[in-house]
Amino acid sequence: MKLVVLIKQTFDTEEKIELVNGAVADDSVKFIINPYDEYALEEALRLREAHGGSVTVVSCGSDRAVEALRTALAMGADEAVLLEQDGLPDDGHAVAAALAVALQPMLPDLILAGLFAVDRGAGSIALQIAERLGLPHAAAALKLEVRDGDSAGAARAAGGNGADAKPVKAHNGASWGSGDKVAVVVRDTEWGDETVEIPLPALITAQQGLNEPRYPSLPGIMKAKRKPLRQVSIHDLGLDAGDLAPRTERLALLAPPLRAAGRKLSGAPAEQAALLAELLQREAKLF
Amino acid sequence: MKRTALVYAECADGKLRRVALEALGAARLLAGDGGSVHAVLVGGGPEAALQEAAAELAARGAGVVHVVDDPALAGFAPEAYAAVIGAAVAAVRPSVIVLGHTAAGRELAPRVAASVGGGHVADVTAIDLQGDGGADAVFTRPLYAGKAFEQRRFLPGAPGVLTVRPNNLPVAEPVAPGSEGVIAALPYPAPPLWTTVRSVVRKTGGTVDLAEADIIVAGGRGVRSAEGFAPLAALAAVLGGAVGASRGACDAGYCDYALQIGQTGKTVTPKLYIACGISGAIQHLAGMSQSRVIVAINKDPDAPIFGVADYGIVGDLFEIVPLLTEQFRTLLSKPG
Repeated sequence: MKLVVLIKQTFDTEEKIELVNGAVADDSVKFIINPYDEYALEEALRLREAHGGSVTVVSCGSDRAVEALRTALAMGADEAVLLEQDGLPDDGHAVAAALAVALQPMLPDLILAGLFAVDRGAGSIALQIAERLGLPHAAAALKLEVRDGDSAGAARAAGGNGADAKPVKAHNGASWGSGDKVAVVVRDTEWGDETVEIPLPALITAQQGLNEPRYPSLPGIMKAKRKPLRQVSIHDLGLDAGDLAPRTERLALLAPPLRAAGRKLSGAPAEQAALLAELLQREAKLF
Repeated sequence: MKRTALVYAECADGKLRRVALEALGAARLLAGDGGSVHAVLVGGGPEAALQEAAAELAARGAGVVHVVDDPALAGFAPEAYAAVIGAAVAAVRPSVIVLGHTAAGRELAPRVAASVGGGHVADVTAIDLQGDGGADAVFTRPLYAGKAFEQRRFLPGAPGVLTVRPNNLPVAEPVAPGSEGVIAALPYPAPPLWTTVRSVVRKTGGTVDLAEADIIVAGGRGVRSAEGFAPLAALAAVLGGAVGASRGACDAGYCDYALQIGQTGKTVTPKLYIACGISGAIQHLAGMSQSRVIVAINKDPDAPIFGVADYGIVGDLFEIVPLLTEQFRTLLSKPG
């Protein structure tokens, strides 16, 4: 099985964010693989262990992102691709367009990514790629299993839960993947843990709780140095100007409004509880 | 300023969600005077509930409510729903498409943005109209779960898709009688049904969704066990709020990761946030420090959570929380 994992290098979640001259200061900051992408990577490694195949990690970023890719290789990925962000505007549309073009020739059976990146928090790029590649997706996976599809499953899909049968069309890349495997995904939604079945090739995003990512082993770190890491320039992808044109632009970067420490209450527990209820009602006007 | 705006009006259990009305409010603002506002309503029966939701959207300023009703749409299927929104986009040709930043909205918005080749601004917490006659809409959104904010705008040339964070923007108010919008059926475009839903296990406990809750009672390592969440749940129930948790509590296995608030987890902005036994690590503060009023209950008087709390109680949550529950039970049962 050909597995591709999208990873992004992000600030460590314990880092403070400081704005200097209208930008986020990034000197002396610890960088990590986005935690949600680590779940995606761990799951890909487990799927390869169970089903065979290969794991390719792909990141779009600056040269510094090579560190994140090396870490992923040390965890066990087979090869890495860095899509250099030089020439890409600061906008999800262009990044998704470029990544989609870079991923398509790999013909992955499964693309895995984090539910969102802890810096921008938009959760947009991976699903834009799914749309661009004409792939189904399952978001916020808590459990994932890949198995052979069965005709009964296809019939269920066609039946749409008992509705009039609709033909199950192959998506655009008909030659892409054998189409005989499905992913059964338990996903985290507001309405509960939903179990869905989607045909491969597909894209799946990882939610916290999917697994416990492994640490790179010492032999893994040594091996990682010899694994292939390819750097791809945006210009190599043959995108047109329309694809590369930004659709949004940042006007300002702001620090959050400062919060002053409030009032600590005192007295016996029952008195404090009564006072708090009163303050929330009278002073904060919440009730 | 005159624009055409399209709203995806999300329903839950056959009823319009409040965030759908907040999205409608945003769409009306963005459309401007003389602009047009369309809503798309997706469902799979019962038809009466869908018609009721459509009537409410029409009464609150949606000029045309496009109702797509098909049994195949009874459950959320991202590709099918995205195709329905795509059909509405083709019919309406909006310059801006607004969805709620909910589980469903977060899945649909990127697909819709990519399908129209447009921009996507996610998790918007504020909208300002600037420039000549409010020609430019400026969207504020959090970065690093609220450790910083950015202001972004759409560039002309392609439709823009935005998702609005629940609880942050005003709901669309009713329009004057006689100026309500019209309701129209839109045929279901029936894309390949890729996703087959096999089962849904409803989460037990909270009936109020964390993202939309006005009040959140959250627990940290200080709750000490899964059972330790019971007094918090009791307080949340009395207040009509939801239960949340810090990463510490989730990592310790006291609760489901679905409850996690923080930089990994959910970013929330309720009216009232009650942090119980939460020390206030930077990754948790990132997710909740924009709440309107923060209450902290912690044994440690030096816990960082007190640095952002409006009201702090130094004490044992197992003693304080039940007392608070009693206080509010009495307070809220009194008329007026």
